[in-house]
Amino acid sequence: MDGMNPRYDVTRIREDFPILGQVVRGKKLVFLDSGASAQKPRQVIATMTRCMEEAYANVHRGAYRLSETATEAHEAARAAVARFINAADAREIVFTRNSTEAINLVALSHGRGVLKAGDAVLISEMEHHANIVPWQMLRDAHGVELRILCVTDAGEIDLEDYATKLRDGRVKLVAVTHMSNVLGTVTPAAQITRMAHEAGALVLFDGSQAAVHRAVDVQAIDADFYVFTGHKLYGPTGIGVLWARLPLLEAMPPVYGGGDMIASVTLERSTWAEVPAKHEAGTPAIIEAVGLHAAIDYVNAIGMPALEAHERALTEHAMARLSTIEGLTILGRAQDRGGVFAFALDNAHAHDLSTLLDRVGIAVRAGRHCAEPLHTRFGVEAGTCRASFGLYTTLEEIDFLADALVEARKFFTPKEAARVR
Amino acid sequence: MFDDLRDLYQEVILDHGRKPRNFRRLEDATRTARGDNPLCGDRIELFVKLGEGERIDDVAFQGRGCAISTASASLMTETVRGKLPAEAEALAAQFRDLAMTGTCPHCDAALADEMERLSPLSGVHEFPSRVKCATLAWHTLHAALAGTKEASSE
Ligand SMILES: Cc1ncc(COP(=O)(O)O)c(C=O)c1O
Repeated sequence: MDGMNPRYDVTRIREDFPILGQVVRGKKLVFLDSGASAQKPRQVIATMTRCMEEAYANVHRGAYRLSETATEAHEAARAAVARFINAADAREIVFTRNSTEAINLVALSHGRGVLKAGDAVLISEMEHHANIVPWQMLRDAHGVELRILCVTDAGEIDLEDYATKLRDGRVKLVAVTHMSNVLGTVTPAAQITRMAHEAGALVLFDGSQAAVHRAVDVQAIDADFYVFTGHKLYGPTGIGVLWARLPLLEAMPPVYGGGDMIASVTLERSTWAEVPAKHEAGTPAIIEAVGLHAAIDYVNAIGMPALEAHERALTEHAMARLSTIEGLTILGRAQDRGGVFAFALDNAHAHDLSTLLDRVGIAVRAGRHCAEPLHTRFGVEAGTCRASFGLYTTLEEIDFLADALVEARKFFTPKEAARVR
Repeated sequence: MFDDLRDLYQEVILDHGRKPRNFRRLEDATRTARGDNPLCGDRIELFVKLGEGERIDDVAFQGRGCAISTASASLMTETVRGKLPAEAEALAAQFRDLAMTGTCPHCDAALADEMERLSPLSGVHEFPSRVKCATLAWHTLHAALAGTKEASSE
């Protein structure tokens, strides 16, 4: 049982995740890389298997029972996603492959179809490459300006800089993370949208991390676009979500053409289907949508508030333990942060450190976590190790990480220096 | 806690990792190449000066990387100085065998001393994701000698 919250039975929860029972070179697996991709509970695995064994056929095509069942399951997943982020209408949910594809879809469709040359797109310094590269491509192909919003030393959005960059009214789209995958910073979403809307800009949130760690309400934060990815939310790979306000989705031209996205086709021309079908050409990831639905049900059964409380306890504990380790630098000190910690030891390169940690069963990510500009911003070009937590992470695992880091630093301290001290 | 990793991180490696030898620019280099390991951000710039009879008169490097890649580059500069390019290439091939398998059954007796010096790196073969760290410098040397300027450990 978790020490901080007696009602959150993390031992029980861990039993739902078969992989967590795994032993690495005789050591218990301590999986601290959920930020890259989360492990899957039996409920998701079983639901996807059942879909294939009992209820599988292509969707929107057959007038036979099995296809109707599959179509219903696929649309039920869409409705579950809509409820999960409190979308006003299930038609506002477009299924994609992942967050990356969702952002690219906005950049290719809204970006080229609605934004005009001379308009500006504003992204922040703490974006994942998925929320940088599509906008650079849009800039190069379509002549929009790309502006960069500064991050403070604490790792928060610099709101003064934000006001300055919005001031001339040319920014038409702000694309920022809702939670940083490196600094753990949760950005002030409602304030970001209020300031953007006052300046005549729309806001896209990259919710890849936030949707996993916080209850998301796209209406309450007054967002215009919101994206997230299934595999970080304890669901399968191959499915992601683009949410956008209905009029925006309707105004966006389709990017991909093919089956399922048309109303009628002649050899000369075609007309588009209604949204969201217009943006979902071809056979969708049916089994994965059903798996994502199961993942959302799983998270909801635990309850987002309970999950948030658990992760807050983990985050506070980790901050307390890691801050006291000599020679360890933690990136970012945001007031509002989630369970993601990027850190560097003064006498070990991130890769050497991760090799050591792996030896005792601890899985952390080493490198620059698809956020090279941010690492440059914080002067750690060589990279960091990142520990990221999930709903199955325990306080004991964090203690074990902290102890291992102390030992790792000793390991890399020269023998003579150790003797002198 | 990490005692069984002393095979990989032998004192020689840690020492060369902390205080790499020949870590400098060579202003009069006749060959240079850059080596990149995009996966982990390791990057080295290698300088080779070919002198009389095309022997490697001097060799040095700069860059950043983990202990293994830095130590490997450092040890490499020490072992290839004075060699002919063909000898250096032969050594590179043998070293790749050593890094990948931990042994070098077909090693040339003429290079036995050099291989002995490089043997502390043989421990990487047990760590597939780290083999590239050890071989990056050698790929870069190959690029410099072949005149291709860029090497990637991918
Ligand atoms: C903040 C953030 N944005 C975007 C992504 C990209 O997610 P995906 O690879 O599933 O598209 C990730 C995860 O890697 C992320 O952490």
